[in-house]
Amino acid sequence: MTEKFNYEKLGLKVGLEIHRQLDTKKLFSPVPSELNEKVDFIFERRLRPTMSEMGEIDPAALEEFKKGRKYIYEGNYELTDLVYIDEEPPRGPDREALEVSLQIAYLLNAKPVDEVHFMRKIVIDGSNVSGFQRTAIIAMNGKVDTPWGSVGIPTICLEEDACRIVERKEKEVIYRLDRLGIPLVEISTTPDIHHPEQAKVVAKYIGDALRATRKVKRGLGTIRQDLNVSIRGGARIEIKGVQELDMIPLIIEREVERQVNLLKIRDELGERGVNPEEVKEEFHDVTEIFQNTESKIIARAIRKGGKVLAVRLPGFRGLIGREIQPGRRLGTEMADRAKKYVKGIFHIDELPDYGITEKEVNAVIEKLSLGEKDAFVLVAAEEETARKALAEVVKRAKEALEGVPEETRRALPDGNTQYMRPLPGKARMYPETDIPTIFLPSGYKERIKANLPELPQERVERYVKEYSIDKSLAETLVNDERDELFEELVKKGIKPSLAASVLVVVLKGLKKEVPIEKVTEEHIRGAFELYLKGKIAKEAFEEIFKELARNPEKTAKQVAEEKGLTLLSEEEVERIVDEVIQQNIDVIKAKGMGAMGMIMGRAMAKLRGRADGKLVNTLVRKKIQELS
Amino acid sequence: MRKVEEFMRKHNLGVGDLVRILKWEGNELLAFEGLVMPPYELSPGETLTIKLDNGYNIGILIDAIEKVEVLEKAAKRPRMAFQEVLPRKEGLPNVTILGTGGTIASRVDYKTGAVHPAFTAEELAKAVPEIFEMANVTPKLIMNILSEDMKPAYWKRIAHEVAKALNSGEDGVVIAHGTDTMGYTASALSFMLGNLTKPVVLVGAQRSSDRPSSDSAMNLTCAVRMATSDVAEVMVVMHGETSDTYCLAHRGTKVRKMHTSRRDAFRSINDVPIAKIWKDRIELLRDDYRRRGEGEVGVDDRMEEKVAILKAYPGVSGEILDFLVDRGYKGVVIEGTGLGHVSQDFIPHVERAVQEGVAVCVTSQCLYGRVNLNVYSNGRKLLRAGAIPCEDMLPETAYVKLMWVLGHTDDPEEVSKMMLTNYAGEITPYTRFDTFLR
Repeated sequence: MTEKFNYEKLGLKVGLEIHRQLDTKKLFSPVPSELNEKVDFIFERRLRPTMSEMGEIDPAALEEFKKGRKYIYEGNYELTDLVYIDEEPPRGPDREALEVSLQIAYLLNAKPVDEVHFMRKIVIDGSNVSGFQRTAIIAMNGKVDTPWGSVGIPTICLEEDACRIVERKEKEVIYRLDRLGIPLVEISTTPDIHHPEQAKVVAKYIGDALRATRKVKRGLGTIRQDLNVSIRGGARIEIKGVQELDMIPLIIEREVERQVNLLKIRDELGERGVNPEEVKEEFHDVTEIFQNTESKIIARAIRKGGKVLAVRLPGFRGLIGREIQPGRRLGTEMADRAKKYVKGIFHIDELPDYGITEKEVNAVIEKLSLGEKDAFVLVAAEEETARKALAEVVKRAKEALEGVPEETRRALPDGNTQYMRPLPGKARMYPETDIPTIFLPSGYKERIKANLPELPQERVERYVKEYSIDKSLAETLVNDERDELFEELVKKGIKPSLAASVLVVVLKGLKKEVPIEKVTEEHIRGAFELYLKGKIAKEAFEEIFKELARNPEKTAKQVAEEKGLTLLSEEEVERIVDEVIQQNIDVIKAKGMGAMGMIMGRAMAKLRGRADGKLVNTLVRKKIQELS
Repeated sequence: MRKVEEFMRKHNLGVGDLVRILKWEGNELLAFEGLVMPPYELSPGETLTIKLDNGYNIGILIDAIEKVEVLEKAAKRPRMAFQEVLPRKEGLPNVTILGTGGTIASRVDYKTGAVHPAFTAEELAKAVPEIFEMANVTPKLIMNILSEDMKPAYWKRIAHEVAKALNSGEDGVVIAHGTDTMGYTASALSFMLGNLTKPVVLVGAQRSSDRPSSDSAMNLTCAVRMATSDVAEVMVVMHGETSDTYCLAHRGTKVRKMHTSRRDAFRSINDVPIAKIWKDRIELLRDDYRRRGEGEVGVDDRMEEKVAILKAYPGVSGEILDFLVDRGYKGVVIEGTGLGHVSQDFIPHVERAVQEGVAVCVTSQCLYGRVNLNVYSNGRKLLRAGAIPCEDMLPETAYVKLMWVLGHTDDPEEVSKMMLTNYAGEITPYTRFDTFLR
């Protein structure tokens, strides 16, 4: 494979941060860790920034508070409690969550600390009702070995998940409480990953260790993978919200591409001799030029009493429209920044277009007295808003002169990334004094270490050996997280090959036809139960699951009965065989045993899925012999 | 001395020192770097706590430490000096805040994790600037005790400080108080400060002030607003509901902490609160409050401290009451069952107490409702034994009041008369329908 970039030469550095929910009670109260849309009560709070030792308060945070930002919380009686609405001191921590996180630590070759100290990490965006997240380091000094070299895991933390955001309004944010307090294990690596594929290998290894415990949550939103990516001369970019493992290499490659192109733009601006002082927040009112514009967006803004403001970006012509990631330009990055205030911006490199004519463009060029290398950006909105939006554009333009700005970015489904917010500052932390420190005696640690769960790879090998099933089948079982169910079914007496093929081949085969993800483990258990009791034939599984996917509210038994998939008694089978024989009595009399194939076919057409083929065969053979 | 103190002394480690520690993990030596943290008060002391560069604390087993090296001694940090008093603004009312313990504002040292109380005017002005927009606030720390350690001698001190402030021209006084016994102090002040002409407001917090979600600042803001109001009474001002929407001002003799931890733990019992305090206004809920007026505030702090509260319950023995009588107690408040009952077996002990000159008052452990000893025979017997039925008074209020009454007279008839006289809103004339569980 030829690679797009020489990552070694570019000095690529990647670090991972992986968060995964544990399937235990909440971390500081024995409340079930489940999500539910039911809202039983609502309350509102405000969060006030705390004063530091020197008597200082973060002025930006205080300003926000004074503006009266409110946080509205929606709660469910069963899935939250006084601890999580910050009306009762914390309990716990949940012993199971602690134990699972220690297992994970050992699986990642890390060393648990001697004493766990929970901290309060200040978070005042309202996502934690208390204004802080409780978090503790439970292990340090782990590592993952990869073909490219070893990657360190400096810390493994156990912490609380935050509220789910429901809606963000101008002066208030609405949160749902159910997710708050679900235990999260946070695993971060050193930035020693130097190749996009290596990042995937590391993430897979960590993911395997997490899943090995069988105590992590599964499904959308239960795992969050963040990437920290930088190249030499670029900047550290934190990429949030990477859902799929397979996307990791592409996202890294795209980020490298973005940084490489931004550095090229910087160099070109340098060659053009652009002086940072010339990039100024000097906005020109060009509303006059657009009085009779055909651009709907601008016309609407003017009609509403807004203005069209323009800013001059000296030396930027051609560079704002330069592609830095497939489909994304420097102009896109400027627009992302301005998004806080306006829907979009217009820049010279994309004009004339969007109803803006060449004449209008030239008028702006003239008004701003632009040279041939100079660019402009336009915003049409209420004047104050337009000014704020353009200030963001100017800020981003100044950063382009420096190269790559440090940012937190959001992963997009196509592998690109989009601006989210500036990199967070250093966390403000102090001890959570309501929770006693937890000493981990060596005996306790030894016991956990001696009873570690098997890793997925080990499990695949065991399945092949123990159950003599195909390796690829075993791998799919484990990777699709069907392994626990598989073992349960085998323990109940199902033949391993049958259990595996139903769980993998049958279920996956239906994927294209029906929404198979609606079939629950409970459904599957029910179907196998029927099979074990001799109520259905193995041929019936497919039909049952197909039906359950369409009607997930039903049980396997209901579906089997409604669809006539339950096995018939021997007498009933014999009756149907007799019927077929009577209908074809002439052929049998003529051909004798030679009619066997045809009769068998007709009988099975009526009995498939409802009778064992062997039984039908025996009966048909017997009847024909009797007649001839 | 615990291992950690010994270790710190032996290696000359001070809090805040940057150290490098080598520690055995099996047969591997691990290195840690961080700041030495103060040892936890209640831990067994087997570990040394350090704060890592990422802000997290961890405990390191002292027995496994191979080597400790001080990389940098903690720098002597300048002691922060804050102005005690700020210049007064013309046209604003003057409010004194008396501190009795606990913290209404704090400073968090994110370097060491220490939380320090902040009580100078300058610190308060930074932490809760809103109160300085409403009044010229003068903070004064008069004691520093936990609410559960409060006792009658402290009530007297607080009463005198309040009177001193009000008589020196302040327009109102706010008392920052721990929440556990705030209701008792409110009652005591209600009786001691008989001729109040200005507001006296007790305030506290259910969530510590170091956290962004603390109720402290909003409660304080509402308390200062109430202290500048027209209501010349002793009141408790705390959150009205779990939301940060409004506070309630409760009459000092009718308020009780009804929840161990919720913000809205304080409730008016058998009474309607005096006011709702919103962000920008006071909504009065009744009209029968004492108006602000002119005149010196006096302190009548004569108290008989030999008074006890005794709860009636199935199986309770009269010996307990006998013990109190034998020990020279002058008054006992019984928290009776239901309408104010005690068991039949208990009644002779009450009789004996009364005969020996001990005042026996009856309240109800139901808290809500009024006692009535005329309905059942045990009630009538108790009445005949000489017990004083305390109407709809809270047991805690009756306890404080009995101390105060016995400080003034030991004549049984006079005691009974005073106990049944309404001095500070402790007895309502009739039981309103809308006062239960709200």
